[in-house]
Amino acid sequence: MMKKYLLAVLVDNKPGVLTHVSGLISRRAFNIESISAGYTEEESVTRINIVVSVESKNELDQVVTQLGKLIDVIKIVNLSEVDSIERELVMIKVRADKSNRAELIDIVNIFRASIVDVSPENVVIELTGQQSKIDGIIEVLSEYEIIEIARTGAIALSRGPVPVKQM
Amino acid sequence: MMNGAQAVLESLKKEGVDVVFGYPGGAVLTLYDAVYKLKFPHILTRHEQGAIHAADGYARATGKVGVVFATSGPGATNLITGIATACTDSVPLVCITGQVANPYIGKDSFQEADIFGITTPITKHNYLVKDVKELPRVLKEAFFIARTGRKGPVVIDVAKDVFDAKIDYKYPEKVNLRGYSGVYDGNEEEIAAAVEAVRKAERPLIFAGGGIISSDTAAEVQKLAKKLGVPVTSTLLGLGAVPADTEGFLGFAGMHGSYAANMAIQKCDLLLCIGMRFSDRVTGRVDGFAPKAKIVHFELDRAEINKNVAADLQVLGDLRWTLPRFNKKLTATKEKFAEKFKGWKNEVLKMHKEHPFSFVEQGDAIKPGALIRKISELADKDTIAVTDVGQHQMWAAQFFDVFKPRHFLTSGGQGTMGYGLPAAMGAKIGAPDSRVVLFTGDGSIMMNCQEFATIADNNIDVKVVIVHNCILGMVGQWQRLFYNHHYSQSELKGKTDFVKLAEAMGLKGYRLTKKEELETVLPKIMAEKGPALIDVLIPEEEDVLPMVPGGKRLDQMVLGGSK
Repeated sequence: MMKKYLLAVLVDNKPGVLTHVSGLISRRAFNIESISAGYTEEESVTRINIVVSVESKNELDQVVTQLGKLIDVIKIVNLSEVDSIERELVMIKVRADKSNRAELIDIVNIFRASIVDVSPENVVIELTGQQSKIDGIIEVLSEYEIIEIARTGAIALSRGPVPVKQM
Repeated sequence: MMNGAQAVLESLKKEGVDVVFGYPGGAVLTLYDAVYKLKFPHILTRHEQGAIHAADGYARATGKVGVVFATSGPGATNLITGIATACTDSVPLVCITGQVANPYIGKDSFQEADIFGITTPITKHNYLVKDVKELPRVLKEAFFIARTGRKGPVVIDVAKDVFDAKIDYKYPEKVNLRGYSGVYDGNEEEIAAAVEAVRKAERPLIFAGGGIISSDTAAEVQKLAKKLGVPVTSTLLGLGAVPADTEGFLGFAGMHGSYAANMAIQKCDLLLCIGMRFSDRVTGRVDGFAPKAKIVHFELDRAEINKNVAADLQVLGDLRWTLPRFNKKLTATKEKFAEKFKGWKNEVLKMHKEHPFSFVEQGDAIKPGALIRKISELADKDTIAVTDVGQHQMWAAQFFDVFKPRHFLTSGGQGTMGYGLPAAMGAKIGAPDSRVVLFTGDGSIMMNCQEFATIADNNIDVKVVIVHNCILGMVGQWQRLFYNHHYSQSELKGKTDFVKLAEAMGLKGYRLTKKEELETVLPKIMAEKGPALIDVLIPEEEDVLPMVPGGKRLDQMVLGGSK
């Protein structure tokens, strides 16, 4: 059974780091669901959020220990193993006109999503939430014509005051 | 003030580099101008691949960091095989490659290739230097990373204009890497657990890996073997961890390892695996590997634990940290281990005596086993044996007695044909007081035979023994065993005359064809000073045995030979 884990990977904010991380993932044939990167509270540190899909604890250990060997990786924390909040942002462009716009607004309200752009032919829906919620709205919207989807991949923070770098 | 090229050489001096292997070209002209001005010791090989394998042989023989220069594009891509070879076998190298100048990067310029991208999966770490101010820090880090922890190659790709740029040079005293300390202290509790496992064991076996060689801890392993009085086997890269004449040493284990070594692995109840990574060539079928044994894995690299074989106990940490403490704790138990394990050791030694590495004589023909055994007899204990890849490599591992660490140099993990000749050259340069013998094949030697020119021109005293069977021997063996004798593209019945090749390139060449010449001619050639090629014709259809066929367990060996 494949299981997903969200890893917070703190790396040096230097050119080439993403090459090192993505190169390792491909070389070791790790299964990655999503990956995203961004600046952090420290200028010299980038945070990479990786959702990895593995079959066993052993495989997960390999992902963590192999990534940990990269010189520019400072710290890795498996946020799925601590109490944490996980979020992903999605934007969905759906074909919509007068006849079905009201229905779409109902769906948006049920999911507490929002409409961020409207044209005579379409709407763009934005939703932030856990991956299961995002999968949910996509499933419901699949009854309409989805023109385009953009997802950020999941990010997470642990609950409580302790940051990942001190874990 | 100096320029970037001079800053590179100053840094190399500060790192104690006494020789560079390399090949010039457009992007490194300024670097080579600094070599010229500073008279920096440099060996010009005849191919970049020769340079990198030479640096690898130098590094394996000395324990120091091997250094390579190459130009951009094809110069740097010619290093790739050698970088991968060094990476898999954890050999410390620093490769400095020229890149096109900053304004030309990304424009598909002449001799531009993305060396940073290409070398990412086959280096311990790599850099692209676009600003001269970064050079000193990067060089300092590169040497530190290459030679600490699990050693490995580091590539520094330097934009051409960086070599020309002026710098107020100051070499940093310390490295400052947040994600890498290079320190791998162990854990007393894990060592204590390993000691307990030894106390409870009845049939322990020491399995010595290449990590022992690269961490210079062979003395501790020898102490351990003596204290416990248990049999010892090794991986291919672990040869030399204990002297060949150690009582209880079974030779190497694995696909072409000794019968006793493989059987001991299958029968032991405790396997002390030290500095090894459980390559598929060593384990055979993984789920049938050492089925009765509690596996204790002494290892620096956390990622190796449970990667291929699940360890029952891990002893993480630098062997220089863990092994002395392990020995000390074992002594403190006051147990008479050697007495306790004597019966088991004798049982294994009996197997080894009944099934040693052997070969069947065949009339007048020179058998590879006889050839290598004879050279081993003629060699002193300080002789460094280097191999290429294929059948001769396995015969060398079987029949050449290795007495010291860093005295058996071979491309283990990658199995790189063409490694041998340049590596032997680098080994001799690094260890000029040791004799160096290369065992190669008529296939492998052609892959870097241009380096005969380097050897001859620099009078590098290497004896090159071509185990010549007119076929890619290992490919042929598999075709014979598993592909109905279809020698598809493996036969080498060509017109090449290796003796003439040697002579044409400026070294002596000899040919041996009859068994008696091992006694009459060979000793004289081996005693001569200076480089020589010895072309030794052997029968074509000789298998390397024993052999564990792919997908079989270690105890399902095909045996062969007999006395």
